[in-house]
Formats: sequence, structure tokens, C-alpha cells
Amino acid sequence: MVLERGEVANSWRTERWGSLRLLTPNWQSRLPGHRYDGPDPDGYMAMGEVVEFIETFAKVTGAPVLTDANVTSLRPRDDGYQVTSSRGDVHCRAVIIASGACNRPVVPALADAVPPSIEQLTPFEYRNPDQLAEGGVLVVGASATGVQLAAELQRSGRPVTLSVGEHVRLPRTYRGRDVLWWMDASGIWDERYDEIDDLTRARRLPSPQLVGTPERGTLDLNALEAMGVEFVGRWADVRDGRALFSGGLRNMFTLADLKMGRLLGTFDEWARDHGREADVGAPEPLAPTRVPDVARLQLDLRNGEIRTIVWATGFRPNYQWLDVPVLDQKGQLRHEGGVVDMPGLYALGLPVLRRRKSTFIYGIEDDAREVVDHLAGYLAGDRRA
Amino acid sequence: MSDMTTVTNGVNVQALLDARDVLKGAPEAAQFTWKAQSKWQNGVHSETRIQNFFGLGAEQSHKTEAVFDADHPEIFAAEDNGITPIEYLLVGLASCLTAGVASVAQNRGIQLRSVEATVEGNHDIRGILGVDSDVRNGFNDVKVTFTIDADASKQEIEALVAQSQKRSAVFDALTNPTSVTVEVA
Repeated sequence: MVLERGEVANSWRTERWGSLRLLTPNWQSRLPGHRYDGPDPDGYMAMGEVVEFIETFAKVTGAPVLTDANVTSLRPRDDGYQVTSSRGDVHCRAVIIASGACNRPVVPALADAVPPSIEQLTPFEYRNPDQLAEGGVLVVGASATGVQLAAELQRSGRPVTLSVGEHVRLPRTYRGRDVLWWMDASGIWDERYDEIDDLTRARRLPSPQLVGTPERGTLDLNALEAMGVEFVGRWADVRDGRALFSGGLRNMFTLADLKMGRLLGTFDEWARDHGREADVGAPEPLAPTRVPDVARLQLDLRNGEIRTIVWATGFRPNYQWLDVPVLDQKGQLRHEGGVVDMPGLYALGLPVLRRRKSTFIYGIEDDAREVVDHLAGYLAGDRRA
Repeated sequence: MSDMTTVTNGVNVQALLDARDVLKGAPEAAQFTWKAQSKWQNGVHSETRIQNFFGLGAEQSHKTEAVFDADHPEIFAAEDNGITPIEYLLVGLASCLTAGVASVAQNRGIQLRSVEATVEGNHDIRGILGVDSDVRNGFNDVKVTFTIDADASKQEIEALVAQSQKRSAVFDALTNPTSVTVEVA
């Protein structure tokens, strides 16, 4: 059975801002036996459409979903597990943890030192620009969430300062194809977790600077700069009511540009080696990230310039309900390709769980098949699996 | 690029990778304290000696003691017995980034032939002289220019330099604020 803390597609209904669309194009929205079949395969689903997509999948598959069943505890019992939920207890032999990697926004400790005159928001609380006071906004973090909110807030007339640390720059389309088409077609997204050199790093990779819009536009830092967004370095400290930013901003740009260049080079190589040149446009060199003449190292948080801070500093899972000793020092689940370090316990939908595409909707199918195979073997008594 | 094992930049990368693995499970051993002992000489001349440090859970020692004279040039009406303290920051930055370039190159199997860096720190001395309280005391900005000859493409060399900044202790110490406590014993 499937325990759902709220309604089907709960986090898509309750934990997303209004304008958000999927980063993946519609044609990539596919689950076993269910796929997007609308008129716009290259478009990106709005949240309402995502909810509908997942609801339909639940119906089509006849998944035994128990809604409003918030799990408050999972602990070992006999030869299985005892699951306590708001709709009663379940005793089972095996459990798949599919609660995701983004249950809580991460807010750094320095938030405590921000003067109370400034409003602070996480992406879970943010819905649209009207929520915010008029005036300046400091958006912290330049991954997908940060760049999207920075653009939306800047367009609303609020001057945005964006604090930029390490980030993943990507164009929305490359050589006429969606960049995620390239990730898929060239096989990068199928790279397995046991073939990746630095898996820890791959699993911690920030989300790419992408947005799904009808225009299929790129939302990298050059696009934000053209809109008038100001950049500062990684937020390092607060002293005497002043935010202090790293002076290493330029290297953040360089790292992201080089990394993107290598990736696009991989795409070019793949198209050449696989005779796909005819399917794609001509190679497009991308301009380096423009370095601002001056990047401020300090911002006075008490002079009214900044009225709101939006923390786009990532998310982490919430395992408070997990009464099984399977977390590492950093609070992440210990697992080998979704097989958790405890018999009968499994995970799905975590970053690079078994492949680079593990956290994308269409990435779940291959992972699920392999994890469920292992689980079935376990239930059948084959513990070598 | 050639294989990591055939490249000889003189960096024992294997030892560093092994250390990384060991320290993953023993964070307390990774706590180091670097120490310097300074002594006023005369005027703005001081002498700083460095030999001992703490790390891997024990007192450690350099093979020999190093002695550094700091002073100011004659245009500062000083005797110029050594470089200025702020120039020591340039020494630290250049040597740290260069060490990083060599290590990353070794790890990536890139043979280096020469690595040279020019480091320039722009400094408005009205700050330290108290001419204008809006001028800061430290560098306004620092520029490092590497000239590298290696068996690698331009992009690979740029990536070496970017990665070396990403893992540099001195680059971090200069670009990010650090809490500093100064007391009288």
C-alpha cells in the first residue's frame, strides 16, 4: 500500500510557488503506462497539470493509496517494520521510503543574525511577488529556485540582489534541442551510480539554472544581469547588521562556465560520433558569464535597501519519523542504489539513487524496477540479491 | 592527457586521497592549528618564527624553523628589513594557489612544465594612514595571473586554476570573513 501524508501529489499542491513549471519538457513526463499526450510535447507543465498527471497515474494504475496518512514513526518489528500513521498502524515486511529529498528548505544559521526589520521567506512559503513588501529583495542561492524567484521578483519591480555560490549553468536549448533532450539522448542521464567517480558530489549537485516557460528561454546569470539583477558572492557572515559576501564570485562564474563548456562539448562529441548531426542545429558557443565591474562585498541590512530575504539555499529530507539507525553523520540515508542498510528497507526518488535521472519523473521507472526486483527477492527469501 | 601514474609533478596525490578517506571517518584528526611566534625588533620591524603546529591529534614540527622579517620600505620612512606584512598575504595566496594547481594537475594526469603566477594587490594606503575613514585598510582587490605550460588544453588549464581556487585555504581566508580574536596575555 502507498501511504500519502495528504492528497495524491501533495507536495506539488502545497509546497510550490504559483508560477513554477516542471524543468523537464512534457514529452519527458512519463511514468509506466502513463505519459503526456497533449498538443505541446516541448512545453513544461504548470503545477496544476503536474497534479493532474500524477492523479491520473494513481487512477490508471489503481495504486492502493491511503491518503491523509501522515507517517509519524517507522521502526523495526519482528521480521519487518511497524509504521505508525495518522490513519493507524501498519505492520509490514518491507518498506520503500519515497518521501523525497526536498522536505525542508535549508536555511543557514546566519539567518538568525538578520535584523528583525527584514522579512525572511523560504520557497515553501513563497507563492508570488505580491506577498513581499515593495523594495529590495536579497535572494540567496542561484540554483533553479533562486534564479526563477530572482527573475520573477525583479520583474515585479522589486530590485533583486542575488547571492551566488557554486551553481550549474545550462542553456534551456542547445543546437535547437532542449538541454534535457541532450542529457537523455546522449546517455548522461542513464549513467549509473556505481559508474560515477565522485558519487557524493554527484548527489549533492545543485539543481541547474533552468526554468520551464512557453518561450523556452535560458535563465542563466547573463539573462538575470540583462534584467537588472545585481550579483554578490556567497553569503559568508553577518556582522554588525551587515551581510558579508565572499570575494570569490568570479571563480564561481568560471567554474560554472567551464563545467557547462565541458558538458556541451560532450553533447557535440556524442552527436558527431553517433551520426546525429542532422537531428540538431549547428554548434553554438555560449558567451561566458559577464563579470560585474564591481560586486559588493557588504550590504547594510538595516538601512531599508533590503526589505525581504528569500532563502533559495536548497532543501533536505526530513527523516524525523524514521526510528531506524540508517542515517549518516550528515543526516542522509545510507543506501546502495536504493537498498538501505537494513533488510527490507528501500528508498526511491533520491538524487542519483541509481542513475543521474533518478529524481526526474521519468527517471523513476528504471530505478523502481530494479529496487522492486531486489525487494521481491528479499520477500521471497533470497537475501543474496 | 596522460595517465595519472606517469605524470610527475612531484605531488603525492595518492597520499592526499588516502588522507581524505581516513579523515572522513575521523574529523577530530583533521583539526589543525597553525602557529607563528613574532617578536618586535625595532621601529616597524618584527621577526616571526614558525616551526611547530598541531594536527592529526598531536604536536607536529617542520624540519627546520623558518624566520620571516617584516618591515616597511624606505618610502614609508622605515628601514626595509623585510617585506611588508600585507605582502606576506601575497606570498600565501600565490603559494597556496600554485600548490593547488600542481595537486589538481597531478590528480587529473596533467604534466606541468612550468607554473608562474603574478600576484598584484591594490591597496589604497589612505586607509591605514587614517586620511579617509571611507577607505578600507586592506586590499581593494587582488589579481592573480597564471602563466602555465602543461600538456593540456586551454580549457583544462583554466579548470586547474579554477579548481585550485575552489580548494585553496588562503583564497578562502582572503575572500571570506574570518573571526579574529586579539587579546593581551
